[in-house]
Amino acid sequence: MVTRSLLRPLLDAIVLVAVVTLAWQGLYEYAGDVALTPPLETVSLALDLLGSARFWPHVRETGLAVAQGLAIAVLGGLSIGLTLGIHRLSGEVAEPILVALYSIPKITLYPVILLIFGIGMPAKVAFGAIHGIIPIIIFSMNAMRNIHPVYLKTARVMRLGPLPLATRVLLPAALPEVFTGLRVGFALTLVGTLMGEMFGSQRGIGFMLMRAMGSHDMATIMSVTLLLVLFATLVSVALLVVDRRLHRFG
Amino acid sequence: MKRSTRIRLWVIAGLVGGLEVLCRTEVIGRFTMIPPSEMILGLVRIVRQGDMNADIVATLGNVAVALVSAIVVGFLVGALLFVLPRVRRVIDPLLATYYAIPIFVFYPLLIVLLGLNRFPQIAIGFMLAVVAMIVNTLNGFDRVPQSLLKTARVYRMGRVRTTFLVILPCAMLYIFTGLKLAVAYSFIGVIAAEFILSGEGLGYEISFAYNNFENATMYPLIVLVIGLSALINMVLYAWEKKYLQRQTER
Amino acid sequence: MSTVQAKTTPHAVVTGVTRVFPGAGGRAPVHALGPVDLVLARGEFVSVVGPSGCGKSTLLEILAGLQPPSQGTLVFEDRPVCGQVPDGVGVVFQENAAFPWLTVRENIAFGLRRAGVDGAEVARRVEHALGLMGLADFARSYPAQLSGGMRQRVCIARTLVMQPRLVLLDEPFGALDQQTRLLMGDELLRLWRETGATVLLITHALDEAALLSDRVAVMSARPGRFLDMVETGWPADRDSRLVEDPRLGAISARLWSRLREESLKAMSTGEAAR
Repeated sequence: MVTRSLLRPLLDAIVLVAVVTLAWQGLYEYAGDVALTPPLETVSLALDLLGSARFWPHVRETGLAVAQGLAIAVLGGLSIGLTLGIHRLSGEVAEPILVALYSIPKITLYPVILLIFGIGMPAKVAFGAIHGIIPIIIFSMNAMRNIHPVYLKTARVMRLGPLPLATRVLLPAALPEVFTGLRVGFALTLVGTLMGEMFGSQRGIGFMLMRAMGSHDMATIMSVTLLLVLFATLVSVALLVVDRRLHRFG
Repeated sequence: MKRSTRIRLWVIAGLVGGLEVLCRTEVIGRFTMIPPSEMILGLVRIVRQGDMNADIVATLGNVAVALVSAIVVGFLVGALLFVLPRVRRVIDPLLATYYAIPIFVFYPLLIVLLGLNRFPQIAIGFMLAVVAMIVNTLNGFDRVPQSLLKTARVYRMGRVRTTFLVILPCAMLYIFTGLKLAVAYSFIGVIAAEFILSGEGLGYEISFAYNNFENATMYPLIVLVIGLSALINMVLYAWEKKYLQRQTER
Repeated sequence: MSTVQAKTTPHAVVTGVTRVFPGAGGRAPVHALGPVDLVLARGEFVSVVGPSGCGKSTLLEILAGLQPPSQGTLVFEDRPVCGQVPDGVGVVFQENAAFPWLTVRENIAFGLRRAGVDGAEVARRVEHALGLMGLADFARSYPAQLSGGMRQRVCIARTLVMQPRLVLLDEPFGALDQQTRLLMGDELLRLWRETGATVLLITHALDEAALLSDRVAVMSARPGRFLDMVETGWPADRDSRLVEDPRLGAISARLWSRLREESLKAMSTGEAAR
């Protein structure tokens, strides 16, 4: 039974990959060389790219931008979100604004950021951060709000001081929701950074994609897209596993 | 008016007013940002002269096509996956990690596949919106309580009637959440695609104005896009509050 | 004693019914119920009490035609019950089963409209039920805007407007506080007297069963079988003022003496922790 429960998701994953690969191959047969490269060739192109010197400076650039943007989004998002969660009135005031900010096309703000920071790293970081920070704020605010009041009463009955209250009760109780926010925040920071690079940048993965499109370099477009999708999926699966484990206690 | 609503209006008024003062006193230079009052006047001028009407129509048309197709396809796929649990199990990891993938990296590929016309933009809007619809349709069907299904059997209702009179109305609440997200995402997708590379639409006009240093055109257009999406978002939010929230548990 | 003599004409007859749930994922099958026999006379009020997980709700769902029995037969009004809820049977569930997207009035009218009753008649019966259940002021409210007791009244009203001849109630007051339970019990008795329907009530509250019923069936721990059938001997026009009657304590005591062992058994096997 144990082997069966472990084998099943693996089998499902293999089926999923097989179906996607087949669909991809089918699309290639239909659209031909001009439009895309077939799966196997793309994998070998991607491996070549991973071994090439021209690829890594772009990865470094994007990686740095995402890391800095994420740091700002996490630190800013947690402190704002947790504060709004504790102070009920501020939370009520801010919530509709945050939801509206989440749903507007933030790319229209990119020119404003470019005008403020100029083309380069700071603009990318800022653009990634404004994408990532909003879900982190919303999730951590709700995490604090949704802590069961009886936990707080229990803590008072046990005469916990402010520090043990924060570290032993509030944090563990809010952690699952906060983590979900971080997971979504990571994904959106990556999206924001790449979008920024696609529009106004001279370096980075997004720029690489746009330049390849300009010169109709299908090999680069396909292999970069494949690597990005694989990377995003792997990180997301890892975060999702942690997320689900945290939520099991809740 | 609720206290939090009043405070919120004051906060927004304060932010806009502060921006106005900073711009007027040249703390923020004219090449970075024009005063909010001029943005509004510019918007009135643009709407009056009708210069951008073709772009507004193009953008809204693309959003509408992306949205409607995402809603229809998303609902049907969600319903199909619900009745085919085995297929759903295989697809589930894809649904769970989908929004971690930066969908915009497919834009160059879509342009190559479909040509530089409106279809890649619609496709991006569709791809961004459809999965929110699938996930929430599934969620809605999952959450139909057993007791309601049993009640349908006590009334001796057949499969079709149970579906239309019990399952669908019950799932509607969650499906509406998907709808709300689909509206926001199709808007974000279309505008961003226009912005990155296209020949018409509001996103294109903003990036065109940016590249030509026309702040007097760019800022009113940014206000138009953000205002439009915030307005649609607020209408849906209000409608949900009025008609749907009275049906959910307190 | 598994078989019980009916007082008058048999209305619903359960014979040798068992329920075995097939084991999922290689686990052993679960024998949940039976074999049980039960005869409900036309117009009588019978309760079933038993420890948690003893299969009393399963018995109700089998009788309603919501679940098939593994063995045995069911007869309602001289016709076998199989695979469908028979005409003339109404069920009230423990969970809130009011449709959240319909108002109270629309909820109560739902079944009548489905049965094709004409508009004027629907309106008449719904108005009557609203008044009877004290819901007239809430006709335009949605279930989520009501308290748990009010919501359960909507479900009872929705069942009664169909004028069922057999009413099955599965712990309908389970989520309510004690005072509300007593008052709802009075209303249920009043409706029972007015409609002349046969009532089968599943409950875990011994005093509730002792107070409301003509007869109380006591069920064993899983797999549920009948251990005892207690005749209460109350008059038909009884109500919650019986709490003063020393005989009520005696009946509850007898039920508990039969159940104590069984409840302990259920608790130690973890059945109580649902």
